[in-house]
Amino acid sequence: MKIYVTFDYIKISKKILDEQLRGMNIEYKFKGFGEVEILNDLSQKKYNDLKETLGNYGVTIVDDDKDEQVQRIKDTITHMIYTDEEAKMYKVSTYLSDKMDVPYTQLASLFSESTYTSIENFVILKKIDYAKNLIVNHNLTLTEIAYKLNYSSVAHLSAQFKKTTGLTPSTFQRIIKKRREKPNE
Amino acid sequence: MLLDKLKIALADDDADDRFLFEEAIKEIHIKTNLSLYVNGKELMEHLTAPNVVLPQLVFLDLNMPVKNGLQCLKEIRGNSALKELSVAIYSTSCSEKDIEETFVNGANIYINKPNNFNKLKEVIERVLQLNWQYQTSYLNKDNFLLRI
Repeated sequence: MKIYVTFDYIKISKKILDEQLRGMNIEYKFKGFGEVEILNDLSQKKYNDLKETLGNYGVTIVDDDKDEQVQRIKDTITHMIYTDEEAKMYKVSTYLSDKMDVPYTQLASLFSESTYTSIENFVILKKIDYAKNLIVNHNLTLTEIAYKLNYSSVAHLSAQFKKTTGLTPSTFQRIIKKRREKPNE
Repeated sequence: MLLDKLKIALADDDADDRFLFEEAIKEIHIKTNLSLYVNGKELMEHLTAPNVVLPQLVFLDLNMPVKNGLQCLKEIRGNSALKELSVAIYSTSCSEKDIEETFVNGANIYINKPNNFNKLKEVIERVLQLNWQYQTSYLNKDNFLLRI
């Protein structure tokens, strides 16, 4: 038997953080995407322990200020695409600078400095990644996906998919389907 | 989360192709650490050696003597220790059947070997950039397919 699952990454991440922080008797507050305020004083040892414990779950404490901001930009983009229905009404640049309270030009140059890509390209990549999940796990039609991801038309989604992956959505779907049906050797 | 240098391996039996690949990758601004192998057998011996530091991305020529690219791909995907590797097939074949077969067997990227140096540089750069995003941004790697 096979089952297919999907993940709510934000919920999982919060749950892990909550369990681990409580487990170590650390009081904290969530301050938005990827930002946690620690309310007690942490000894260096406890900080290192926390870093190691969270590391086991793929959660990294970011020491570097730049890395942290880049990560927050990425998380805000993820939130915008996956969960925030109202985000559809805004341009990406307006949305990011509003949510992060930093001028967009500053965010944009920081982002391209440290990621080898631009915010615009990252948004496309993230949207197409979501579209892929919807195609293979939810059997949504392209029309439904185009609407959900705020594309003006199916043709636009289809063209962006092809440009990003080199494959048409239907070829992509066929390949993943065959992969899953392939017996394990 | 953020990586220092991207570690890359290339297996190709053609010395000229290896040379061009190495030259091209040197001219790209992404920092890389490239290891070269002359056939699939050498590559697989390296990947499965004890205490090896694994590359993040492997380029496989499809037609190689001793052990070809498809055999390597199947061995890589059949080995749970190598599951994080991104595999790029690097081949002169444009046959849709070949392409689909490699994807179904777990390749992430299929590259038709470009016929000029600038194009080669462009293609490698695009692959490295995209792979970097997959290393650092929680994209779904099971759905990582790219054809160029």
